[in-house]
Order: sequence, then structure tokens, then C-alpha cells
Amino acid sequence: MLNKWWTERARLRQHRFMPHDHSDHPHALLPPEPALRVKALETILRDKGLIDPAALEEIIDTYQNKIGPQNGARVVAKAWLDDGFRAALMQDATSVVRDLGFYGRQGEHMVVVENTPDRHNMVVCTLCSCYPWPLLGIPPGWYKSDAYRARAVREPRKVLAEFGMTLPDSTAVRVWDSTAEVRYLVLPMRPEGTEGMDEDALAALVTRDSMIGTGLAHVPKGAAT
Amino acid sequence: MDCPSLPDFTAATGLEEPAFREPWHAQVFALTVHLNEAGQFTWAEWVHRFSTVLRQYGAERSLNGGEDYFNAWLATLEALLQDAGMASAAQVEDARAAWETAYLTTPHGAPVALKASRRGE
Repeated sequence: MLNKWWTERARLRQHRFMPHDHSDHPHALLPPEPALRVKALETILRDKGLIDPAALEEIIDTYQNKIGPQNGARVVAKAWLDDGFRAALMQDATSVVRDLGFYGRQGEHMVVVENTPDRHNMVVCTLCSCYPWPLLGIPPGWYKSDAYRARAVREPRKVLAEFGMTLPDSTAVRVWDSTAEVRYLVLPMRPEGTEGMDEDALAALVTRDSMIGTGLAHVPKGAAT
Repeated sequence: MDCPSLPDFTAATGLEEPAFREPWHAQVFALTVHLNEAGQFTWAEWVHRFSTVLRQYGAERSLNGGEDYFNAWLATLEALLQDAGMASAAQVEDARAAWETAYLTTPHGAPVALKASRRGE
């Protein structure tokens, strides 16, 4: 089946990649081959009553516009501010984030792993790209790459160095491998110079990468480092 | 084992990147999530199949997590739907060809839709 697919791609490529002058183009632009195949699946499944087009739109809108690292950043900021919240989060993240309105549509469990001066956590999915969608949205391309998936476990310090992170030798690195059932979120260390900051200000310091473990939370401007 | 370098890490780090780079990436993702939520397959089954396909694809060359990742995703969904009897290879090819024809015969700028004759099949 794949061979046929690629043959089709080759057949269509010449047409598709020809220079297009939109002003006198006789017909609609042909989408890329995989896009046509997805449309084909949608057509077949819709005709059989197996999918609801409105539900598809809702899913795309949710993941494109509503869910993203800002959700996870909110959780992290709350944990920095409230020891009781942090304790509950470490104990049962699934319930705590569900109470905030962030729940896994695939029924997965959330586990939060906390960075300390002694231990740095980072998250990977060696199988494919399991990721805490409700808290971080769709993973970035590098998280899905073979290079990250293979190397994060084998040589985490080297990978972190490529992200610009050098940890002291005294800090152990723990790599967590996500699965279909369990998704991890790193709770980064609260930066220096953030005393007295409120939840919104703290959340703004929390980057996506700091919650995957390939970065640190930002230090506020003007704070001594 | 080959040890590929990481794809444009520093360029990607800290920058806003769209959730989906191509519309069809979003569509095939949504289709899969929707079918899972409708109970057509479990997410564990999806992960098992998808990781197998990723391994096969990755054996040929290192995947960069972009277009090739979603090509593997689509191939996984096609195989799953075929095995489940929901969309055979022949049906997919038929519908794909119908969409291609629709695009090539619709005047530029007009909405593209399948012919009523096909929809009535």
C-alpha cells in the first residue's frame, strides 16, 4: 500500500509543483497527496456515519487555539505559590489538574515530577510522542523526532547541552519515558528573584521546555542571577 | 547505531510554533482522536500501532518529527481502518481519486466538493 502511495505521489508531484499563476489558473489547487488521502478517509467514514464533522472541527479548534503550555504554566505557578496545592499535585496530578478543567481526553494519568537542586527531570516518549496534551498542547517537532526520542534516554546530558543547559555534576538527571497511559509534566524550580510575584507573573516565566525538562523557567528581568 | 543530530533545537526552543504545520496534519490528528473517543479503538492500541510504524519508517532514515511523522501517522490510521473493516484500500483509493478529480475540475476559487453521483454510491 505504501509503495502505491509513493508512486501516486511521484505521479502527482510534477503537476503539483509546476509554477502556478493564480490569476489564470483553470482549476482549484490540488492539495498534497496525504491531504487527499485524509479527505478520502473522512469521506468514507462520514458516509458510513462513523464520524461527526462538527466534532472534528471542535478537536482541531481545541488543540490549535485553546490548549497549550499556558495551561501547564498555570499549574506550575500555583504549585510555586501554594505548598498544599503542590503536595496534592505530587500526590495525584490527574485529579488536581482535572479540577482546574484540564483532563486527558484519552483517559491518561498525569504524573508531575519535581526538579530540585539534586535532581533534574526530563520527559521523552521513546515509543512515539505521548505527551501531556491537556497541559502542554501538541508537542513540538523536536519532541517527535527520532533523534530526541533515541538520545534523551541514552545521553540526556548531551541532549540538554544542545538545548543550552549545563547542569552541575552534583545534579542527577532522571529521564521519564511516557506511555499511552502515563504522561509526565516537569515541575521546574522556582527562579530566584520571584518573591512576592503573583500567579500571573509567575506563569509568564514558565516555558514549555521547562515543563518537558529541556529548559529552565525564566528568571525575571532585573533579578540577580 | 547511527546517532543523528537533533533537528534545529535551538531554532525551535522558546519560539512559538504552530500546533500543526499543515492543515492535513490537524485533520488526520482530529480524525484519530475523534475515532478513539467514539470508541473505535483504544489509545493504547493506537500507540502500539503507531510506534510500530514509526520504528519501520525510522529504520530507513531518521525521522525529523515533522512531515514524515504525520506521514507515519496517516499510514497507521489507514492500516487500522482497513484492518477494522471501516475503510478498505480500494475504498480509500476510490475516494482519493474522486477528490483529485473534484479539485482538477473545479474552477479556481470555487468551493471544491465531491460530485453528487459519487456521494450517492
